[in-house]
Amino acid sequence: MKRRDFIQQATAGAALATLGGYGLQSFSAVRKKKITILHTNDVHSHITPFGPEDGRNANKGGVARRAALIDTIRKENPNSLLLDAGDIFQGTPYFNYYGGELEFKLMSKLKYDAATIGNHDFDNGINGLFTQLPHAEFDFLSANYDFSNTVMDTHTKPYKVFIKEGIKIGVFGLGIELKGLVDPMMFKETKYLDPIEITQDMTRILKTEEQCDLIICLSHLGYHYKNTPDKVSDLSLAAATSDIDLIIGGHTHTFLPKPTIVKNKDGHNMLVNQVGCYGIYLGQIDFYFDTNNNKSANGTSIIV
Amino acid sequence: MRFTHLIFLLNFLMIISCKEEPYNLTRIEGKRIEINDSISPKQDIETFIEPYKNHIEKDLDSVIAYAMDTYTKSNGELNTAIGNFMVDVVYEQANPIFNSRAGKDIDMVLLNHGGIRSIIPKGNLRIRNVFELMPFENKIVVVALKGKQIDSMITYLSKAKRAHPFSKLKLTLDKNFEPISASIKGKTIDVNKTYYVATSDYLYNNGDNMRFFRPNDSLYDLNYKIRNALIDYLKKVDTINPVIDDRFIQIKK
Repeated sequence: MKRRDFIQQATAGAALATLGGYGLQSFSAVRKKKITILHTNDVHSHITPFGPEDGRNANKGGVARRAALIDTIRKENPNSLLLDAGDIFQGTPYFNYYGGELEFKLMSKLKYDAATIGNHDFDNGINGLFTQLPHAEFDFLSANYDFSNTVMDTHTKPYKVFIKEGIKIGVFGLGIELKGLVDPMMFKETKYLDPIEITQDMTRILKTEEQCDLIICLSHLGYHYKNTPDKVSDLSLAAATSDIDLIIGGHTHTFLPKPTIVKNKDGHNMLVNQVGCYGIYLGQIDFYFDTNNNKSANGTSIIV
Repeated sequence: MRFTHLIFLLNFLMIISCKEEPYNLTRIEGKRIEINDSISPKQDIETFIEPYKNHIEKDLDSVIAYAMDTYTKSNGELNTAIGNFMVDVVYEQANPIFNSRAGKDIDMVLLNHGGIRSIIPKGNLRIRNVFELMPFENKIVVVALKGKQIDSMITYLSKAKRAHPFSKLKLTLDKNFEPISASIKGKTIDVNKTYYVATSDYLYNNGDNMRFFRPNDSLYDLNYKIRNALIDYLKKVDTINPVIDDRFIQIKK
């Protein structure tokens, strides 16, 4: 940890040294960094856009358009992460014909950094998911599915730490309880672990051990369950835990016009976001960092 | 060598002076961006998708059977040709699978009227038509139900007054929609007998408020999608000519 700081500082120092006197003078000025998080959820095999005849989503969506949009945003800010909150599979003949191959290949071409696993990603069984893994050049993050007795064992990670311009971003994944939702023949011996307990472990690891500057939860738990408020959801998880900066949700196909600000267990504001389904929207959350201590004393302003 | 030393010295000084200047999160901005036709697609992605798309389109357009007429779910009062077609196909395709696994025959099939999502148009039938007729991924399950539960099912069907499609069950209602007679495979229903009812996993899970599937003696998941059963059947036959019959009728006098 300390060594990594040293290396980063050394690199910055070298760059400044080449600038000569200017570098040292400008040193005292406020320095800024911006991290952009882009996200999708419940794309459900929607590869091509909805046709002009579609009742609800006419001319919306489409992977090739999403790719162009992401390119533009990345050009503006290379310090971006692209994440998906699950239910990549099922919904169009692309899945029925190719079993998810095209979905994973396209997400790899779009340079997704990570995804979590949704209940529909088991629709061809856990073996069906496993079979498509060679097409995915991104990580599957799942902290509360214990796959140790299944073919998926060692093919997922509970979390991953990304470093963008020295900012450490810890991302962990959470899945929904499969019992009652997915046929046991499909998920086999996948064990579901309590999301809140797991989150407490994850945030401790990411905050204390990994010293992350940002903690993001990729969740397929669902936004909120009005009729069964005891069922764990993104909103209840947010309120029951600490240190998460952003929950990117899925499952409930909730079209949030803007991210929801939630007070966590410690009374700090954090964000929960979800962008509906079918690749109709791309979510974008920008985190601005700077070295101005006075400003940070006033807390973080959230503009949604 | 001396230059490297200089850099190292500079770095060293900076580390000392920078130590108290960590980056703090000061501002968060969030929004969503609609993906619509104002964004021109990335060409290489589109090119990559094209062969997959073409293959699917070609396959969806492949002709697998011929329909003698146009069949719709609104044509018929308590039973429709299109609904009868779907449940009779489920019986024909699922029964051999169930028989080979459980050593028993399916007694009847029940689907729901709302599950008929499109028409069957007269003429060539393509795989695309089947995807439109059955866009969902529902699978066929066989539920072992006691005769008493079949009574609840009959009450449900009588009260619903809808052409919920079923096969092998025969149900006649009077002018007040009260059941006059009911039989399965030509025999009156025995309250103590166990009946093997094929349906979809959706309906089994209380879809369309069909609560009579629980409690039950056992559940068999055939792991066979309704859509695949329809496609397999249509590939097997040349033409289809389903009819409205007397399986579910009302005596209005």
